[in-house]
Amino acid sequence: MSERAESQGVKWAELLVLPAVNLLAALVVSGVIVRIIGENPWTALKLLLGGAFGSGEGIGYTLYYATNFIFTGLSVAVAYKAGMFNIGAEGQAYIGGLGAGLVCLAAGSAPFWEVLPAAICAAAVFGAAWAFIPAWLQAKRGSHIVITTIMFNFIASALMTWLLVNVLIQPGQQSPETRQFGPNTWQPTASDLLGRVGIHVAATPLNLSFLIALAAAAGVWALVWRTRWGYAIRVTGENPAAALYAGISPSKVTFLVMLLSGALAGCLPLNELMGSQHLISLDFPAGAGFVGIAVALMARNHPAGICAAAVLFGALVQGGSELSFDMPHVNRDMVVVIQGLVILFCGGLDNLFKNPLRILRGWVRGARPR
Amino acid sequence: MEYYTLLVLLIAATLREATPLVLAALAGLFSERSGVIALGLEGMMLGAAFAAAAVSAVSGSAWLGLGAGVAVAMILALVLAFTCVTQRGNQVVAAIAVNIIVAGVAPTLALAWFNQGGQTPPLAERAQRFTAIVWPWARQARSNPFPGLIYAELLSGHSLIVYIAAALVPVSAWVLYRTRFGLRLRAVGENPQAVDTAGVSVARLRYQAILISGALCGVAGTFLSISASSGFVRDMTAGKGYLALAALIFGKWRPYPTMGACLLFAFADALAALLQGVSLPLVGVIPVQFIIALPYVLTVLLLGGFVGKSIPPRAIGVPYAKGE
Repeated sequence: MSERAESQGVKWAELLVLPAVNLLAALVVSGVIVRIIGENPWTALKLLLGGAFGSGEGIGYTLYYATNFIFTGLSVAVAYKAGMFNIGAEGQAYIGGLGAGLVCLAAGSAPFWEVLPAAICAAAVFGAAWAFIPAWLQAKRGSHIVITTIMFNFIASALMTWLLVNVLIQPGQQSPETRQFGPNTWQPTASDLLGRVGIHVAATPLNLSFLIALAAAAGVWALVWRTRWGYAIRVTGENPAAALYAGISPSKVTFLVMLLSGALAGCLPLNELMGSQHLISLDFPAGAGFVGIAVALMARNHPAGICAAAVLFGALVQGGSELSFDMPHVNRDMVVVIQGLVILFCGGLDNLFKNPLRILRGWVRGARPR
Repeated sequence: MEYYTLLVLLIAATLREATPLVLAALAGLFSERSGVIALGLEGMMLGAAFAAAAVSAVSGSAWLGLGAGVAVAMILALVLAFTCVTQRGNQVVAAIAVNIIVAGVAPTLALAWFNQGGQTPPLAERAQRFTAIVWPWARQARSNPFPGLIYAELLSGHSLIVYIAAALVPVSAWVLYRTRFGLRLRAVGENPQAVDTAGVSVARLRYQAILISGALCGVAGTFLSISASSGFVRDMTAGKGYLALAALIFGKWRPYPTMGACLLFAFADALAALLQGVSLPLVGVIPVQFIIALPYVLTVLLLGGFVGKSIPPRAIGVPYAKGE
């Protein structure tokens, strides 16, 4: 085996086997918890998978949830590639929703194909704007991005609560949400789009923004792995000192990457608000920013992996809500546990299985005649 | 006169609000001064809040609740220590993971065990909670504005944990600055190589620091569920762990300034509750959300170096590997 092929072998093992082993570990621990609360883990797993993939409706919901996680996963991954940990995807998505929402509320009777580009721009710009100050502070003043983005999550939450309670609330209503967007601003659903070409699928919130998310993933891949600027991002992430010697300005990369990261997270409302809720509601990201961390870690920051991992987490959410119907003692919080465990095993304890895997590979290779 | 009473009551509310913050911030202090990022405060507190309320509800004893709260928080601390120190994993990721896991596990277990929608049963009996301790003659002293009212409201009338928190600030300062353990702890957060060279185990020190951090978070969480309120509800820490971290940064990683920051943040919180919907002269109604966001805005400004400079322990967030 040549040196190169060998390193490719390592890479594939780490990209595929390791996440699978980590996921398995997370599922085993979750299974123990399910066991503790007196339910059968096998039945739970079967119900979960059945709920997520067992029907057209299930698949539609799974992909709908996955769309949110692709956006936030890409957001976390892009920042991670440049060596930064963006915990602020939650707040950036929230503020992005303000941008997209305002466009939809102001759209009047404009046709969808005019509203969509404006909404995408507004969502991205608002999301990026919310990452701007943490980015600037990190690039110019050396403030820790983790802390500032956490603080900005809380500030976003306070700001949006204030806006929804005092400014944007529909007059005469009690609940803090805006009036409904006009139907001309709603994302066409999958059943709508496929129905036009004669394919009938179950009516679910799955909508056009799933394709936008896939396009964003392709765009991120092309940017990070196929452009000069992407090279600068990767070098900065691997070794800021080397980047400096190579004539790359780490502070400039930091700055631009965080804006991009914020813009990607800001696109979540294209799916959640324009695709399903059709209004701005309180706390609509509902933790998707944190799921993005799990998605990015599991995918090792690769866009293709992110799409796959997002589908997996979408399946957990969808399957989890189905599960709660059949098992009264298990609710959607169980899915949060699995998300947390995946983050722990993929991100914190990644050395736990990496070294044994390497040793195992060494044995297998050693047994083979050279 | 009326404003005076209001002010005294406001300060009393501040002391109660500040208690979990002070405890969690001290927890963060030990962890971060040893070089381990303290993002897991939120999760450890929430875990303790659930354990304390659950055990207190079942056993009927607040003290057993406290024991369970501290034990669970220390077990979570052990998970963090194993991940961050032994496995040399990413400290931010590990802490976020623990926070998310606890946010899911606590309501799951609560639902399964008590069947009340992810809460624990309300703690009705006196022995199940740490209630306010009324000092001698506090009731009679109340009618006298000074010093009677201050005695009755500020010194008397808090739960045991409030006094414990107040006492732990000087104790922590003493441990950190006046003991050999404290010197080593601070050293390991600045320059672990030097500590290692001196023949002291970096891993052991960090394990100790994280476990102390867990114990303190355990007390903080216990306070939330069986002293400040009567039972566990979903997400009851509501970001207090992160707020404590902000206070720690605001206090520049020193015990007394950190306590000051906690009091400031708690005062803002108490004030927000008081000013809800009240129209003030000149400024009108101050939105509660602005006051809530204030600590976070101040911390960001501080981190940006706009109001003073806050420099973290040098080795923070970096796993230590021998011989590197």
